[in-house]
Amino acid sequence: MYEHDVLIIGGGIAGLRAAVEVTRAGADVAVISKVHPVRSHSNAAQGGINAPLTDRGDDWEGHAYDTIKGADFLADQNAVEVMSSEAGEAVLELERMGVIFSRGEDGKLGTRAFGGQKVARTFFVGAITGSAILHVLFEQSLKLGLNVYEEWFVTKLIIEDGTCRGVVAIDLKTGDMHTIKAKAVIVAAGGAGRVFEPSTNALICTGDGLSLAYRAGVPLMDMEMIQYHPTTLARTGILMSEAARGEGAYLLNASGERFMEKIAPDYMELASRDVVSRAEQTEIDEGRGIDGNVLLDLRHLGRDFIEQRLGYLQEVSVEFLGIDMAEQPVPVQPGMHYIMGGIKTDVNGATNVPGLYAAGECANVSVHGANRLGANSLLDTAVFGRRSGAHAVEYIKDVAGHSHAEEDLASEKARIQALLDRANGERVATIRGDMARGMTKGIGVFRDQASMEGALENLKNVKSRMGGFSIENKGKVFNTDLMFGLELEFMVDCAEAVVAGALTRKESRGAHFRTDITERDDENWLKHTLMYRDEEAEHDVRVETSDVTITQWEPVKRVY
Amino acid sequence: MPDTMNVKLQVKRFDPADSGGKTWWQEYEVDVHPDSTVLDSLIEVREQEDGTLALRCACRASICGSCGMKVNGNAKLVCKTRVVDVAPNGEQLTIEPMGNQHVVRDLVISLDTFFNQINRVQPFLQPSFVPEAEYTTSNESMENLLTSMNCIMCGCCVSDCTVLEVDANFIGPAALAKAWRFTEDPRDSKRDERLKALNDEDGGMWDCTRCMKCVEVCPKGVAPMDRIMELREAAIEAGNTNTSGYRHTESFYNSVKKNGRLDETRLAIDSAGWTNIPRLLDLAPIGIAAMRKGKLPPLMPHKSEDHKKVKDLYKSVEDES
Repeated sequence: MYEHDVLIIGGGIAGLRAAVEVTRAGADVAVISKVHPVRSHSNAAQGGINAPLTDRGDDWEGHAYDTIKGADFLADQNAVEVMSSEAGEAVLELERMGVIFSRGEDGKLGTRAFGGQKVARTFFVGAITGSAILHVLFEQSLKLGLNVYEEWFVTKLIIEDGTCRGVVAIDLKTGDMHTIKAKAVIVAAGGAGRVFEPSTNALICTGDGLSLAYRAGVPLMDMEMIQYHPTTLARTGILMSEAARGEGAYLLNASGERFMEKIAPDYMELASRDVVSRAEQTEIDEGRGIDGNVLLDLRHLGRDFIEQRLGYLQEVSVEFLGIDMAEQPVPVQPGMHYIMGGIKTDVNGATNVPGLYAAGECANVSVHGANRLGANSLLDTAVFGRRSGAHAVEYIKDVAGHSHAEEDLASEKARIQALLDRANGERVATIRGDMARGMTKGIGVFRDQASMEGALENLKNVKSRMGGFSIENKGKVFNTDLMFGLELEFMVDCAEAVVAGALTRKESRGAHFRTDITERDDENWLKHTLMYRDEEAEHDVRVETSDVTITQWEPVKRVY
Repeated sequence: MPDTMNVKLQVKRFDPADSGGKTWWQEYEVDVHPDSTVLDSLIEVREQEDGTLALRCACRASICGSCGMKVNGNAKLVCKTRVVDVAPNGEQLTIEPMGNQHVVRDLVISLDTFFNQINRVQPFLQPSFVPEAEYTTSNESMENLLTSMNCIMCGCCVSDCTVLEVDANFIGPAALAKAWRFTEDPRDSKRDERLKALNDEDGGMWDCTRCMKCVEVCPKGVAPMDRIMELREAAIEAGNTNTSGYRHTESFYNSVKKNGRLDETRLAIDSAGWTNIPRLLDLAPIGIAAMRKGKLPPLMPHKSEDHKKVKDLYKSVEDES
């Protein structure tokens, strides 16, 4: 019998930060994750974490405005105000836990510049900031004796009388399925990058959390907002941090021109990510690229500087491409990187289902709107991880006891057994590849009605094949083959919501850039798209819209 | 350059469900992009040839630490191991699960060994006070810690550690590198306690035999053995001299200084401690066995002909420090 006050799905920074908060409040908490916490994708955040520290002359309104402008005014300003005003304490607290942030001359935390901001307010650990924070939070989890269901895969949220009461999960090490009861569940299960191909995302970023909440009746918001990072390595999609440009790297086309001069004369390479990715794609499409890439040039920074401040980038470049960045520029291209959209929550991480919370990349609070600023994702995880934990603790005070229902376990066991019993069919990987390539093709850096309809057609084809894939491995112990099948089902849900949102939004805003409607339309589309799973609706998705919250910054044209 | 490359793999499989556990070798052959890594090849196998093959992997960019396994006998992070570097002429690659850790299935090992070791070093910051904002400290002191914070806990060092192979109680290279991260952190207040514990502990810092294997296989430049040597120096400086490890070091130093060569008999007795009767009795059978084989070192050491030169060397080094 597994029971906890609060159960957190996901052991990345958002999940562990939430767990620390719940533990401090004295409630019983556990983390459940399909990978060991230190394997989480928070590791991949390289460049840093933003915070406006007031004792350094910065102010939180400045950061809030840069975030809102970066978001192309689609962020809810009340949420951004919360994030920006709590940012300083969130970062300082991570430092006090043990994160080895880079220091300035005075021994206090030092900064580097990052995209979409004129103030250097990004705190960092070399080019491994996410990893350094994740490992320190893991240290804290050991200190607190945190209960972790390592390598357990959640297949369903238990919803009873309209409230969330726990999960059904598979213990991957034994293959056994269990109910884990909880008075509140926080989904902090990361993004859905594998819905696209290629992607910078880890193979584990399969939208599990998004789909679990979606199936439980929570809307997914602004899912069409897909971030293409400007600097990813060709073919593999491996990320080269924005820190490179933050520290002064140039982007060059085939003739050696710094093409950002034409697009963003003021911010140059540090315009917001959607702007830079479009500029690159234009260079490539108009024949000024090199084999589908532009060049990221760090040579003028010097070897010592590169190795000291950007060591991980040099490691990746040398080992994956055989290129020494001190000697040669690196070919890069825009690559799918982050999903701004996600599980709709309020500023406390609460969803429309009582007892169900979300935080981190899978959530949409919304602070990133139509385009996230670099180094705001780590901040999002720390701030809203903590807040969701704190609020869940308040919520459970009014929850009398645990659910007694066991129906979900039985029905999930039957569903999964049926999957295992299927006759030989298509391979999961084949279907995922077809889905993901179709998504990148249709919902890319540039999109139009035809491309998005193409993605929809492709998805229909994929869905028609979903009943026909089979699981080759019939064993119980560490059956990843089965997990990949279940992940694919989650990914298809996410893909549907992405396409539905994209087809709904009849304007260009941030990352959603339509070549057939190139202007932003504040009159009609200063709105969120809300995708509900609804089997009676066309393509199983019902789309609604809601107003964006504006507090003190009226939308203006975005110029970098 | 051709579009694809043929990769031949020989993978050690393990199925725990098959009558208590069955191990076998399985051969695969896949065509992949010429730049592919060993991981790319294994994923191709898993996705297109054999869905039953179990392995862990996630980031594909050498930051999550999931995909440690043995390639041709050495632990590697396979996402950063390019096939052309380990099989330049299309040789068959031998892939096995990491060593010194229990195998769960195929290439998946239990994480318990690794994280139990980490847990032995109180792996969290223990400061003496909490500042209102941040701790003020030099950038150099933080950058120094990057060496250890670069550790992604992949377990390659534990896999290939030659001490763990014979002594499962050794705390292991990763945990000691983790401990170093706290003894060197100016914000931590438990430096002396940590050093003493790791000095006194059975299986602690003195059990490393300096074979260098962890330095060789670490994919992130943590160089655990170098961290262990620094821990030892720090422990001695902090006054922890009542260990066989310290006595071994001291005896080594003195014997070479005096004779210009190592007095192995004295080294053994010094290390055990002259009054440590049980340990000395333990040594007796080894001595007798060595004598029978004619391998016992001379009881009185011969002096090296050049021992004066060695003394001069000692003097110049000691004068400098």
